[in-house]
Amino acid sequence: MITITVDKKFCKGCNLCIANCPKDVLAVSTERGSAGFLVPAATKPEACNRCQLCEVICPDFAIVVEGDREK
Amino acid sequence: MHPIAEKYLRRSALPQFFCQGCGDGTIITALMRAVDDLGIIDDVAFASGIGCCAWIPVFVNADVLHTMHGRAIPIATALKLTNPKRKVMVFAGDGDCVGIGGNHLIHAARRNVDITVVMVNNAIYGMTGGQTAPTTPHHAVTKTTPIGNAEFPFDACELAKAAGASYVARWTTAHPRQITTAFKEAINHKGFAFVEILSQCPTQSGRLIYGSSDPVEAFNQVKNMAVGKAKAEKMSPEELAGKVVIGRLHQEEGRAELTDEVYALMSASREGLSAETKLASN
Repeated sequence: MITITVDKKFCKGCNLCIANCPKDVLAVSTERGSAGFLVPAATKPEACNRCQLCEVICPDFAIVVEGDREK
Repeated sequence: MHPIAEKYLRRSALPQFFCQGCGDGTIITALMRAVDDLGIIDDVAFASGIGCCAWIPVFVNADVLHTMHGRAIPIATALKLTNPKRKVMVFAGDGDCVGIGGNHLIHAARRNVDITVVMVNNAIYGMTGGQTAPTTPHHAVTKTTPIGNAEFPFDACELAKAAGASYVARWTTAHPRQITTAFKEAINHKGFAFVEILSQCPTQSGRLIYGSSDPVEAFNQVKNMAVGKAKAEKMSPEELAGKVVIGRLHQEEGRAELTDEVYALMSASREGLSAETKLASN
């Protein structure tokens, strides 16, 4: 099971993670972070292939991808 | 918080005060991954000048010197010469590195001093409000060139290579894993290493040069400008117009390095002096 956590305290809502996700796992949610922007959320975590591109491209250390793929 | 941020960053400085979607944050992530993989946090020292990207090392819980505009490279040279075991890295923007500190860059490359210079290129003076930088593209509209830039931009990688840098690489913020690899190679390389990173600045270059302040749009513009080194060799100069070649552009091993030379001369001089004093006492 892969869990994708977005830290609302650090996220500035630049949406680079959403644009770079190859499997369209992330999407803009309706929640706002501390900076006042809409933060992304994992809407399809089952499609995640754990490439961690969102994690390495995030400028604010706000995304953590944990866990392994189910076989 | 991300585990790497928890381990290496100064908690009091977080969250980073960069603009929304700034490429500098991606570079911190790539840098901390490189430092974590090499396990050199206690040996690494950072120097930086003035500019947005000069704030990159300030977030890291390591030895940091935040210095005058363009003068980070001489200070890094001193840090290296006073303790050759240190791994010294310089973070400089394009204005800092080839504008105000251009002379320092070419002379550090000529001396082949064992430091790593990371030039974050956003093609504009971002922090001061969007003035023309030495790397601004030809005909680009900025705050100081409202009818278009008449000047031609610098190719900083070619400049460093010609001046004598023994490791030269260029990547964009769309290649975070490659940046980590380039940082690791540059730190382990014996000699002057120059890494240029093309970065998006949605607030200034995105708004003024690329026509959109949307971070994703600015990011894609930078990403689409990049052409791999192998592909670029097969392309004609007309096709390469407006494109930027990325990859490890130059690597040269075995060239004499400044720290080694200075310490060898110092010990030779000391031995020479002791021989003279011996002669005098006899």
